[in-house]
Amino acid sequence: MIRTPTVLLLCALLGACATPPPAANRPGPVAAYQLSNRLTWGATGATLDQAERLGLGPYLAQQLHPGPATLPVAVQQQIDALAISQTPVVALAQDMEKLRLEANATFAVDADKKAAQQAYQQALNRLGREAATRHLLRALYSSNQVQEQMTWFWLNHFNVHQYKSDLRALVGDYEDTALRPHALGKFRTLLGAVAHHSAMLRYLDNAQNAANRINENYARELMELHTLGLGAGYTQQDVQEMARVLTGVGVNLGPDNPQVRKELQADYVRKGLFEFNPNRHDYGPKTLLGQPIRSRGLAELDEALDRLARHPATAHFISRKLAQYWLSDNPPPALVERMAQSFLKSDGDIAATLQTLLSSTEYAQGAGQKFKDPVHYVVSAVRLAYDDKPILNVGPMLNWLNRMGQPLYGRQTPDGYALDAAAWSSPGQMATRFEIAKAIGSGNAGLFKTDGPQPLEKPAFPQLANALYYRALGQTLGPNTQQALAQATSAQEWNSFLLSSPELMHR
Amino acid sequence: MQRRHLLQSLSALPLLSAGQLFAAPAAQSRLLFVFLRGAYDAANLLVPTSSDFYYASRPDIAVPRPGADLNTAIALNADWGLHPALRDTVYPLWQKGEASFIPFAGTDDVSRSHFETQDSIELGQPLTGQKNYRSGFMNRLAAVINGAEPMAFTDSLPLVMQGSVQVPNTALKSIAKPAVDARQTAIIAAMYKDSDLSSRVTDGFAVRDEVARELSTEMQAASRGAINAKGFELEAQRIARLMKERYNLGFVDVGGWDTHVNQGGASGYLASRLEELGRGLATFAQEMGPAAWRNTTVVVASEFGRTFRQNGNRGTDHGHGSVYWVLGGGLRNAQVAGEQVRVEQATLFQNRDYPVLNEYRAVLAGLFSRQFGLNSKQLEQVFAGVTPRDLGLV
Repeated sequence: MIRTPTVLLLCALLGACATPPPAANRPGPVAAYQLSNRLTWGATGATLDQAERLGLGPYLAQQLHPGPATLPVAVQQQIDALAISQTPVVALAQDMEKLRLEANATFAVDADKKAAQQAYQQALNRLGREAATRHLLRALYSSNQVQEQMTWFWLNHFNVHQYKSDLRALVGDYEDTALRPHALGKFRTLLGAVAHHSAMLRYLDNAQNAANRINENYARELMELHTLGLGAGYTQQDVQEMARVLTGVGVNLGPDNPQVRKELQADYVRKGLFEFNPNRHDYGPKTLLGQPIRSRGLAELDEALDRLARHPATAHFISRKLAQYWLSDNPPPALVERMAQSFLKSDGDIAATLQTLLSSTEYAQGAGQKFKDPVHYVVSAVRLAYDDKPILNVGPMLNWLNRMGQPLYGRQTPDGYALDAAAWSSPGQMATRFEIAKAIGSGNAGLFKTDGPQPLEKPAFPQLANALYYRALGQTLGPNTQQALAQATSAQEWNSFLLSSPELMHR
Repeated sequence: MQRRHLLQSLSALPLLSAGQLFAAPAAQSRLLFVFLRGAYDAANLLVPTSSDFYYASRPDIAVPRPGADLNTAIALNADWGLHPALRDTVYPLWQKGEASFIPFAGTDDVSRSHFETQDSIELGQPLTGQKNYRSGFMNRLAAVINGAEPMAFTDSLPLVMQGSVQVPNTALKSIAKPAVDARQTAIIAAMYKDSDLSSRVTDGFAVRDEVARELSTEMQAASRGAINAKGFELEAQRIARLMKERYNLGFVDVGGWDTHVNQGGASGYLASRLEELGRGLATFAQEMGPAAWRNTTVVVASEFGRTFRQNGNRGTDHGHGSVYWVLGGGLRNAQVAGEQVRVEQATLFQNRDYPVLNEYRAVLAGLFSRQFGLNSKQLEQVFAGVTPRDLGLV
């Protein structure tokens, strides 16, 4: 139901109305600001212009079905220079394995062993940090902002923890090959890519799951967290059967293939770091969710994933989580139901499910409801402060995320970070946010200071009192915030107050 | 009169009168709840040394029976031994009568899901019926204790502390001097005065100042490189300082217990986690000092136990019953407490895990009623529908 002119306008922009808006109905700056602020990691002058120019329907369509991402040249250069961009993951992982084995080999002197182990850990740390750097640079500057948000969303949904074994060498590839390309595609494809990636197989111990030596960790989380959701009616028996399906699915870092019995050799699969080893697979008959699974090696996994991905419980579970991420902690059940129907009708098409959400009246009416989690707060603040002027060092951003309890690849448990406000708005976290607002606002946060023994700083003062502010953002601020801004005694302080305001804590 | 003696003399009284008597001094009584997230392998912490079945079930990861070797279980009684990683930390507390263990403890939730079970323990509500996802049991405890000063020593507010009482939080792993000055603090607080977040913002600033004040000595020392404690030990030391001076209901969580693979036995991965935990707990006791420690209990718990038999990867999978620890200067004695059974295949739950014979809400209700002198009405508010089980710990 349409109640106010703003809603009418948003409805038109979001494409809920059948025809695109005539030129005279282009969104006003405030509406365009809100739209782009919600669809991106945070509005900038550039996104405001774009949203105004295109109007929301086309803007949304472009974001949901993006072409190749574009990044500022200097940012692309930063990314291209990373080892994770230059070295294939197989080589990275094998190099790391070599280092590890060397470090664990017996040295004559204990000190050497310690040094070798330290070198191994430091090399891993560098790779993990590179992945996080690339993630943040893309969040800040990619033209495909919905895709980037969805990449974060899936990274969280299919959570892995980088400090488990050698995962720091794998997370960059996990994000870049398993998640980002499918972030707006078919859920089943995404699920399959995750199930074949060494990062997930390592993290949930499936690399060790073998016939008669069952490790049910991945099987359980696959059903509970990745697809059906808890309480969807599956049983402990289903978990065990799924674990049996997953036997033999693992990782091979070595140069050699294992010896496989002659009659099973045709079943052996090796692709990159992924390996299906028939020696470890349980070929016995299995039943999953009341239906048999035909015994035939790795193809059993496809059959099981099909069953899980197409289950109505999965459609509802994923839809609700998407609505929680994009709209509110407690999304309207009717909207979730419509999304689930889109999911089922489109064979799990993520863009189609999001289209239902983002073009809904409920979404149009929900501006300013969703509390930003730390990642969203930090990225949006830096985007607002510097627009598309590339920062030189994401280190401070990584530290802030640590301090607020949401480091990238840092969630130990497979459930991923919570999506609701209560998880991120505790007193301690609010106090930290204001410190961060001050660091960014005053321009001495270190975002333009290069790493290394002789750091080079190219100071860049954040431009928060910019065209975006005067054309749109300023008009969305309540009287209390206006009053605070009026009390600022310097540009630095004005910036800090703006970034501390309740309006900028929500999107 | 020492508090433990006072408590002993009161133990025979019905709960109701104890509550009335204790209403005033409750605030001096302190509780730290340490949550081991990831379901630690309790069978290797409190080792059933008299059980041949234990040794048969864990050919690679069992902790050897007590012996001359330091890498063997430390005998606590004829049936139970303590993991040797705690020899220098928690065992001395046991020897002083300041540590007890409750085997076969946990929840009746059998989902074996970390998240489901952590949530249900933190909520502390009946398993059947509508759950209130914004009402943790520590928060409800804070609501019924006169003079409660709760605090979560975590980055974000855990479920157990969420609820009607506003609970501050701050992680003590790393601390820094506040950058936002007093004038700016007031202006920012004013921005939030009409918002839902208002009290969180003012609380956040207040706690920030509090922590900075309490830890100012340490911060000065740290700037001269004088701190040698690390990790959980440092955190526990800081928690002790704050709980000694100010907060009497604390919560902290410690992760890294989900040992599906290569967990080790007397040494190895789990042993080093236990060692670090033990160091933290001993440091906490020491930092509190004798007077405050006498009125303090520390409860160490985890969402569930692990499979009793080792798995194919020399690790253990998700199980059921666990072992809870209770430490404190006011404990009546050192004991392996609560209902117990012999550890054999026949007594396993679903032929897989430890059974739960000591339901955690009943046990905690019994402990809280003693320690904080809660009456039955107050207890009912904390743990609805539960009959408290007094294990005579304090």
